[in-house]
Amino acid sequence: MSTPTPTAVGTATLALADDALVLAQRLGEWAADAPVLEEDVALTNIALDLLGQARTLLSLTGDEDELAYGREEHQFRNVQLVERPNGDFADTIARQLYFSVYQELLYTALAAADGQTAPLAAKAVKEVAYHRDHAEQWTLRLGDGTEESHRRMQRALDGLWRYTGELFAPLEGLGVELPALRAPWLERITAVVERATLTMPQGPDRTPWSAGAGRQGVHTEPFGKLLAEMQYLHRAHPGASW
Amino acid sequence: MVTPGTALPVPPPVAAPTALEQELLRLAGQVPDPELPMISLAELGVLRGIRVTGPGRVQVELTPTWTGCPAMDAMASDITGVLHGAGMAEVAVRTVLSPAWSTDAISAEGRRKLAEAGVAPPRPQTFGGPAGSAPVPVDLAIRCPHCGSTDTRLLSRFSSTACKSLRRCESCREPFDHFKEV
Repeated sequence: MSTPTPTAVGTATLALADDALVLAQRLGEWAADAPVLEEDVALTNIALDLLGQARTLLSLTGDEDELAYGREEHQFRNVQLVERPNGDFADTIARQLYFSVYQELLYTALAAADGQTAPLAAKAVKEVAYHRDHAEQWTLRLGDGTEESHRRMQRALDGLWRYTGELFAPLEGLGVELPALRAPWLERITAVVERATLTMPQGPDRTPWSAGAGRQGVHTEPFGKLLAEMQYLHRAHPGASW
Repeated sequence: MVTPGTALPVPPPVAAPTALEQELLRLAGQVPDPELPMISLAELGVLRGIRVTGPGRVQVELTPTWTGCPAMDAMASDITGVLHGAGMAEVAVRTVLSPAWSTDAISAEGRRKLAEAGVAPPRPQTFGGPAGSAPVPVDLAIRCPHCGSTDTRLLSRFSSTACKSLRRCESCREPFDHFKEV
């Protein structure tokens, strides 16, 4: 691989930061709204870990507040998977499963790749292992639970499947070959899904309008509302602090 | 204020710490953790070093336990206050990520104090095998900090702070926090 330009490295770092930031914001929506208190705490703890990653990654590329609160929708580089609405608990768990397995593989590779994100990746991968474990345990419980939980978990896996292809689109400047992570990802997801007595989704893992589009700044409709909520205070009162 | 993202490895010190630096490190190390006040920052293993960079000027290197730990700002501000009190007019606290903090950095005394305060300490992550040998995974039981029973059950991997999980003792039925291993 040729040496990436500083701009490409910055764009790739921003993409990872946006993945973490947007998923943190989504998971934060579960605060006081989860099925049980333990999950309220768990999902917001995971959000907090992701927010910590996002802050570190954003600071590698610029001013974290300006980047988080000052950009328009089309300037965000997150994959569309992380901006998908929380849906029901199964939808959130399916999104967590797809993303945390990917993120654990990605951070393991980044930690070994010696780029500017290596120290963060080496640290955060140990935290992400807990996120992945959480998602796996719930996939097993819902899939192998009641008839209704099984049906909802299957529907969630199927519904989000078409957003998973984007995770493995090449990202210039990253220092890791993302397409190479798809095989180990698929192996791990398949193992959990089958153990949970569920079926691997069959359809295409990307659609013409969504293949890699988040990384190019094209987002789905619910993303605008997420940003509006996240950025409202800063836009109304620039530089506010307490 | 902690600056996240200054993630470059710490350069090796150019000289051994001076007597003043050792004294400042001792003072900063006595600062209690903001969320687990029973243990000090030295016992938690998050203070990476202190360097006097000029008259009344000092740079502190602090590493987070968990990446998103919201206590980092409070730690930095408490350290700054203590060092101001020690005559350092200008205190800069820098966040370092590498090498990543591990629960193994918590001292034996820190573990004892955690258990005493009702928080089950983390189990060791590294095992002293011969160089190059694979670490041996040992699934040690987590002991109830209240009654000492090893018959405890995980309730949730996530608890009151980022660094803890929630468990319950099957013997005395008390729930307790466990400082989870990273």
